Amino acid sequence: MSRSFLGMPAFPRASAATTRDTRLRANLTHATHTIRDKRAAAVAELDDWAQLRAAGAAIKDRTLRHLDHYLERLEESVTAAGGRVHWAADAAEANRIVTRLVRETGEREVVKVKSMATQETGLNEALAQAGIRAYETDLAELIVQLGDDLPSHILVPAIHRNRAEIRDIFRREMGKWGRPAPEGLSDSPAELAEAARRHLREKFLTAKVGISGANFMVADTGTLVVVESEGNGRMCLTLPETLISVVGIEKIVPSWQDLEVFLQLLPRSSTAERMNPYTTTWTGTTDGDGPRTFHLVLLDNGRTDTLADTVGRQALRCIRCSACLNVCPVYERAGGHAYGSPYPGPIGAILTPQLRGLAGPLEESLPYASSLCGACYEVCPVAIDIPEVLVHLRERVVQGGPVTRGGARVVLKPAKGHAAERAAMRAAAWAFDHPGALRGGMRLAARTRRLHPRRLPGPGRAWSDTRALPAVPAESFRDWWRRTRDGSGSGNGSTGGVT
Amino acid sequence: MSSRDVVLARVRRALADVPRGEGPYDPPVPRDYQRVHGSRTPEETLELLAENLADYRAVVHRCGPGELPALIGRLLAARGARTVVVPPGLDPRWLSAAGAAAVPDRAEGTARELDAVDSVVTGCALAIAETGTLVLDGGPDQGRRRITLVPDHHICVVRVPAQVVGSVPEALPRLAPERPLTWISGPSATSDIELDRVEGVHGPRTLEVVLLAEDGAG
Repeated sequence: MSRSFLGMPAFPRASAATTRDTRLRANLTHATHTIRDKRAAAVAELDDWAQLRAAGAAIKDRTLRHLDHYLERLEESVTAAGGRVHWAADAAEANRIVTRLVRETGEREVVKVKSMATQETGLNEALAQAGIRAYETDLAELIVQLGDDLPSHILVPAIHRNRAEIRDIFRREMGKWGRPAPEGLSDSPAELAEAARRHLREKFLTAKVGISGANFMVADTGTLVVVESEGNGRMCLTLPETLISVVGIEKIVPSWQDLEVFLQLLPRSSTAERMNPYTTTWTGTTDGDGPRTFHLVLLDNGRTDTLADTVGRQALRCIRCSACLNVCPVYERAGGHAYGSPYPGPIGAILTPQLRGLAGPLEESLPYASSLCGACYEVCPVAIDIPEVLVHLRERVVQGGPVTRGGARVVLKPAKGHAAERAAMRAAAWAFDHPGALRGGMRLAARTRRLHPRRLPGPGRAWSDTRALPAVPAESFRDWWRRTRDGSGSGNGSTGGVT
Repeated sequence: MSSRDVVLARVRRALADVPRGEGPYDPPVPRDYQRVHGSRTPEETLELLAENLADYRAVVHRCGPGELPALIGRLLAARGARTVVVPPGLDPRWLSAAGAAAVPDRAEGTARELDAVDSVVTGCALAIAETGTLVLDGGPDQGRRRITLVPDHHICVVRVPAQVVGSVPEALPRLAPERPLTWISGPSATSDIELDRVEGVHGPRTLEVVLLAEDGAG
């Protein structure tokens, strides 16, 4: 019924195709540039942004460093408030739990709030196999679902589609899922939103089971928080009789007060608003208001593996705002699908390989899907040093070493594809240790510079596919220094004494 | 071993580097951010609330206590509303000049019945000036969450200055986490088409906010 990210090619191959898609490039450039300036303006309104950011990072770090304590605390609070807590070690288990819970209601249809966790577990496909139809109700998710497409952005999964494409999808597909698009639907965003309103209203009014994720879970109070814009979240969270929320274990914040930080950081970073139109908070169940039954499914699926890496664990601070995607030069050109998971962009490049324990060519390629320009770190509202983690993961790919996968320690072998890089680095280290050889080598390189190829031969070929070889100067810096400054400064005369 | 035990054991193994003596409240959280941004008189705070509500396309009205019934009557009439949902604890005088028929918020009522209603009138728990946000907590003058969601027209009355706070950090201590909360900042909207904001999706497409001056000065 819908496509999945399984078996996606590694980033270089996928992006080689997507960067040639001129319509995709135009759509992404337009959308990301629109939001960039707005975000900057929304952030500039708060002169204590740096302090909020530091507090956000510290709250998340505190939670992560004592995650076992806060998980138990959360379970206790949710249970006391009338909710039922389930634990899922991996995606398959989460899907089994949700399928069983839906079956127990006797329903064959569910309405869904946009949720990254259930994208990650492939819940819709699992439900479909069990004969349960899941209706996505977020506008962008609806566009993706109707178009039999894959999400390409954390906040706006259909960012790769422009308004004309959305109109075509609505006209063609809506009738197959329910109320068809109105006659003569135009591509004005207001009309498209109206068409979605009419199409989904029937589903909301009749749905008995809602499925959601959550932006935050408060350990002390057992409160879950969903931040949204359209009202589809409110519909799914309040109208059905049964609510099932699938939430990653890293979404905890310790206290109610902590929300004062994140409810300022998140809207301004993601949609560039002072506040998003709707935020719903609920604690267990409430008599006479909202679902009578509430299930919380706590999802690990690689999060504890990520937690085990002391450098990489900062990725778990992520609040899924997508600001890093919107500023990333690589994302803007390659698009979200090239990242091969529901988490694209810079955060995806560090999250996907860690959640999956660097388990294959796609995961090994993602830490390289970056120019290390640092724009992602600068805009991150919880100060995740994405370049630091990228470099750390690159080292793990090249040199191998310990990672945690499915809770077990495994030792990665050095990647085969990087043998030439390792050899080059070893040669460089030797040369820098032997100044005479370095000097001789540099002179030889300078004299033969007209004969140098523009692309490297042999194993270096792939590297020079996308890079120009640096031109070798006629004279090395060391020789130039010796020639022009000889006898006039300190440190000259001794071999290799240039400082 | 249950999955609960598996996950908790994995977490504990992953955190082997955390010193034994470090407690869950030990790593310090710097809270040197501001409780409220800038200093304002109550009147300026109210202005800011009105400005930010309007910026996100809520329609803002102001009135004194004696004027409220007539204003609500006018707003409902202007919409052509024939029916209006009323929370159980709403001051009956508020709707005394309304031509629309009052529909009580009944627990056994269905969402479909609600869908046929034109408007809803509620109070709120508080309003946040810096973000232009109304917070509803299901109190007697606000009713269940669904009544401010399904009808297409919401009139929300804010008692000023008592219910107005400056900022998000000022709002949270005044709200009870155990109550289901709905934070509303303008009518429903989406940024899902080309990351451009469009107002009006599933929630009420028209949000009218009445700032009710309680001292009668408004």
